[in-house]
Amino acid sequence: MTTMTVAEAIGSALREAMQADDRVIVLGEDVEVGGVFRVTQGLLDEFGPQRVFDTPLAESGFVGAGIGAALGGLRPVVEIQFVDFILPAVNQLISEAAKMCWRSAGAWPVPLVVRAPYGGGVHGGLSHSQSLEALFAHVPGLKVVMPATPADAKALLLAAIADPDPVIFLEHKRTYRFIRDEVPDDLPPARIGEATLRRDGDDVAIISYGLMLHESLAAAEQLAEDGIDCRVLDLRTVAPLDREAILDAARGTGKVVIVHEDHLTGGIGGEVAALIAEGAFAHLDGPIVRVAGPDVPAMGYHHALEEAFMPNAARIAAAARELAAY
Amino acid sequence: MELWHLMLLARKVGERWFTLNRQGRAPFVISGQGHEATQVGTAAALTPGKDWVMPYYRDIGVVLTMGMTVDDLMLDVFAKATNPNSAGRQMPAHWSSKELRIPSQSSVVGTQVPIAAGLAWAAKLRGEDSVAAVYIGEGGTSQGDFHEGLNFAAVQRLPLIVVVENNGYAITEAQEKEMVIRDVADRAAGYGVNGVVVDGNDLLLVYRTMQQAVQEARMGGGPTLIEAKTYRTTPHSSDDDDRRYRTREELELWIQRDPIDRFRRNLLDDGILSDEHADQLSTEADEEVRAAEARAAAAPDPDPATLLDHLFGGAP
Repeated sequence: MTTMTVAEAIGSALREAMQADDRVIVLGEDVEVGGVFRVTQGLLDEFGPQRVFDTPLAESGFVGAGIGAALGGLRPVVEIQFVDFILPAVNQLISEAAKMCWRSAGAWPVPLVVRAPYGGGVHGGLSHSQSLEALFAHVPGLKVVMPATPADAKALLLAAIADPDPVIFLEHKRTYRFIRDEVPDDLPPARIGEATLRRDGDDVAIISYGLMLHESLAAAEQLAEDGIDCRVLDLRTVAPLDREAILDAARGTGKVVIVHEDHLTGGIGGEVAALIAEGAFAHLDGPIVRVAGPDVPAMGYHHALEEAFMPNAARIAAAARELAAY
Repeated sequence: MELWHLMLLARKVGERWFTLNRQGRAPFVISGQGHEATQVGTAAALTPGKDWVMPYYRDIGVVLTMGMTVDDLMLDVFAKATNPNSAGRQMPAHWSSKELRIPSQSSVVGTQVPIAAGLAWAAKLRGEDSVAAVYIGEGGTSQGDFHEGLNFAAVQRLPLIVVVENNGYAITEAQEKEMVIRDVADRAAGYGVNGVVVDGNDLLLVYRTMQQAVQEARMGGGPTLIEAKTYRTTPHSSDDDDRRYRTREELELWIQRDPIDRFRRNLLDDGILSDEHADQLSTEADEEVRAAEARAAAAPDPDPATLLDHLFGGAP
């Protein structure tokens, strides 16, 4: 058992994957010195410039090259410095990586991992704080993984690298240093597409992922003091969604709060709500409630504007309390 | 002689595709009629199954030279389940072959350049002396991905050859609307890459130029950009009418420079080919295309129940 931050857990997964398989390469901006968040620190020394290398500042170019390297028999892990800067590469990801296997009737799967830090709470302003998972979750052919804990970050990144298909691996930048936890040395392998129950309870289900999982758990803690027992489900993967786990949570409580930092409209919450409405309607004892970022372009830079944007334990608890009383 | 035959076959396939479209038997076709010397000449300098190829949608001549068959192409135009490119999922001329190292192509223009750079990177890292050849029209060189891919390959000194098939038009837009320079090859200097302009209708010149670029790439000399000046003698696709944007006089001028006729004359002059033999080969090529067409027409169509298959790899 080793105690690690999320950043350390991701670095550890990269190191282990590269030790186990010499097809694994790491490329992106500034990755040779460790990247902006020091996640890839030490990899260049251990694995050399053939397998860890800086690219020109051109996301479409190096994501496209990652796709080519994957087709050519490697297992590239591409780092995007901030998910906000992934947009130039969306054409490569949506037109090429996502469709290549289907359109070639299975001849050309693309075993590519694109890692990107997302989310706010670190004074990143408009262009260093966004959550863009819903854009990618909408695209058939892409898998979108969003771990919340160090153990999941490590196990799911290893699973993503071993996966035959393109995986968008989104890391909440606030969890990098703030979330520290034990990671077993013999970490069991994780499966992409599997949610996990973080807390059991019968009154209200809170469904979340990423940093917001931790806010949801804090809210559940507060509510327990008032005698409201919350079940907290960590989705871990937003594409594909774990339909059965979501329906179980809804059936077991009859009341559901969905929490994400991303904007409300068109977010993952809408899809989760639709799944519940279709598959567990008869079990519901109240409206499905969403707690999410507001529909403004992004959070502000000033801490007051940032806090006004981000959902937190207090807002989640208030929503769950109201729903419990419904 | 073999290359002339490949050019001839590519032309016949393209012509037949257009006829099938006009007969209402193929909803959409596109071809590279007029580009045959560029396509066959460059592809002939590559090693099938070893070198990576990212052709674009005009490249019937490239894929035939790399080893796709006329049967494959006729299955493709009918979008049959057994067509090797996409099993009927993509429009015709969106190439793919695992054995021939031709990764699946999309209709999006420019994305193939960074992908080809990545293929070249993989070959280099794995210690193979394969090269990657990527094909694009001059219109496609306006895309950011053209720049990003070529720059990536230049910085990493990758074995990449970019073949620009410059036919002077991006659908309806003449080259003057696409760029202010005359030669796309001038752009290569901006990446520290060798840029070469060739007469794209001169088969042997194209072949020799490509051969040299491939040799340099294999020896670690980095990328080359080859701009082949040519002309498409048909509309952009079956949905285009080229009378709206170019004169018949211009078209006529280029038909006189036809690469197949031109090389036929060379072969005749050198005594390698006789008129009778050439005519016979042409007739045989027609017959080969029609026979393949008949087989393809009878091949199974895609089963609607397979629509959801192959979203992901690995697991069935």
